[in-house]
Amino acid sequence: MPDDVILETKGLTKEFKGFVAVQNVSLSVRRGSIHALIGPNGAGKTTCFNLLSHFLEPTRGQILYNGREITGLSPAGIARMGLVRSFQISAVFPHLTVLDNVRIALQRKRGGSFDFWRAGGVLDELNAKARELIESVGLAELESAAAVELPYGRKRALEIATTLALDPEMMLLDEPTAGMAQQDVERISALIKKAAVSRTVLMVEHNLSVVEHLSDRITVLQRGEILAEGDYKTVSANPEVIQAYLGAGHG
Amino acid sequence: MPRSQKIALGVMAAFFLLAPLVVYPVFLMKAMCFALFACAFNLLIGFGGLLSFGHAMFLGTAGYGAAHAAKVWGFPPEFAILFGTAAAALLGLVTGLLAIRRQGIYFAMITLALAQMMYFFYLQAAFTHGEDGIQAVPRGMLFGFIDLANVWAMYSTVFAIFMAGFLLIYRVIHSPFGQVLKAIRENEQRAISLGYDVDRYKLLAYLLSATLAGVAGATKTLVFQLASLTDAHWSMSGEVVLMTLLGGLGTVFGPVAGALIIISLENYLAQLGAWVTIVQGVIFVICVLTFRRGVIGEIGNWLRKPL
Ligand SMILES: Nc1ncnc2c1ncn2[C@@H]1O[C@H](COP(=O)(O)OP(=O)(O)O)[C@@H](O)[C@H]1O
Ligand SMILES: [Mg+2]
Repeated sequence: MPDDVILETKGLTKEFKGFVAVQNVSLSVRRGSIHALIGPNGAGKTTCFNLLSHFLEPTRGQILYNGREITGLSPAGIARMGLVRSFQISAVFPHLTVLDNVRIALQRKRGGSFDFWRAGGVLDELNAKARELIESVGLAELESAAAVELPYGRKRALEIATTLALDPEMMLLDEPTAGMAQQDVERISALIKKAAVSRTVLMVEHNLSVVEHLSDRITVLQRGEILAEGDYKTVSANPEVIQAYLGAGHG
Repeated sequence: MPRSQKIALGVMAAFFLLAPLVVYPVFLMKAMCFALFACAFNLLIGFGGLLSFGHAMFLGTAGYGAAHAAKVWGFPPEFAILFGTAAAALLGLVTGLLAIRRQGIYFAMITLALAQMMYFFYLQAAFTHGEDGIQAVPRGMLFGFIDLANVWAMYSTVFAIFMAGFLLIYRVIHSPFGQVLKAIRENEQRAISLGYDVDRYKLLAYLLSATLAGVAGATKTLVFQLASLTDAHWSMSGEVVLMTLLGGLGTVFGPVAGALIIISLENYLAQLGAWVTIVQGVIFVICVLTFRRGVIGEIGNWLRKPL
């Protein structure tokens, strides 16, 4: 595998009781790029993410991360290697404060999380870094609010701040801007762009203007299979892609 | 510790120090043992989100362990308690490894099944003396010079153990470990995706809970000088659920209040015979319907302060 490929899958397949959700997907993500995975609803994008992060066991196929086979690792182990995912439904710790949400991620990097005899105060050393991250996603004045009380767009921002707290080498973002107001979409896009300067991003995204502006490369998935691949221009001119999108009535 | 909890801690300590002036000390010692038991249980469900329906096995095992050590082997009380606790911890490790991978109701069912197995073992094993239990367990001399036959010496010992256990649980809840535990309870998938091996954290929580439940069981055995099947029975596992819910799941002081309420009910309603269970059930239903956060949970919510 060439050095500039960070993540590669070979013949990745997932079957659910005879139904094939992901079929023979061979994907290759270049280091430092923003790679978009698009396709109509039910195409198997989220399932792909679940396979890459090993939240689901692939039926067949291989996943290589930094040239190393990770197909059999535990999901937490994959995260610790620097490949961190987010979720399609926003994933925060609802009854923890914004600050505590980010601290949980920082705490994992810090270590010592089995220390049940130590006072929680030892974690205060993480506050400065946590606040910096919270500030960077525009939540500074909300740090002591419970995550559950945030509006949807802000929750997604918090989720990204939490993911960034791990300083992952590669992020998997599942529909980071779905269901957001335009202003939030812009904020999140800018955030992803900034985050991607020093890392790789693979993201599922329905908002095609976001895809156009952010991604270096696009893979189109349909019914579990790769339909097309290339930069925005190539992909958007592909008649099969246009057909798939129009056919599914999706934009 | 927030001010509201400092005050509550002071009130609780003062209560257990002054109450023996007007209430039977044996009753209060029983209440403290059950309070510690409920706090240990609450550590698991209230902060780890794991509903064990077999916690009686730890209470019972530690009780039998301590009783056997004190009576048959002649262990001094401190070592009898340690031995009983160690037995509960070991059982916690073994059952934890079997149960922890299961989720929700399956976890509850496995812990119940394991606890039933332990119950039948204690029913059959010779050393437990079946229905009679291990009776006339000597309280002995604590550290070789404090005679626990004296009720005040015993009372002070139970008080010290209870407070130490309570404060340890408080520390665990607020430790870096406790923070991860809360995150897992809040959103397990997210905790995994951040790189936490959640099963290991759950196992440690389960182990700590089992061990502290063991401390309660071993101490209780010395108080009553008796280890019996009652402590290992499934209804005891149910009772601790009741105490915790009634007092306030996931609150710090709730389980103590819940234990006090349930023990008082049993005590003062004892003349009603078999009706106790029914009265308890009715009170429980009323409580759950009217204050769902539990007594302490509701008070805390009303004061807008953590308790
Ligand atoms: N756990 C599951 N069991 C059975 N079918 C599933 C499961 N998860 C996803 N699917 C099916 O797999 C297909 C792909 O789903 P998904 O990956 O969520 O699509 P996308 O994210 O592209 O919208 C859908 O038809 C969905 O119903
Ligand atoms: Mg999806």
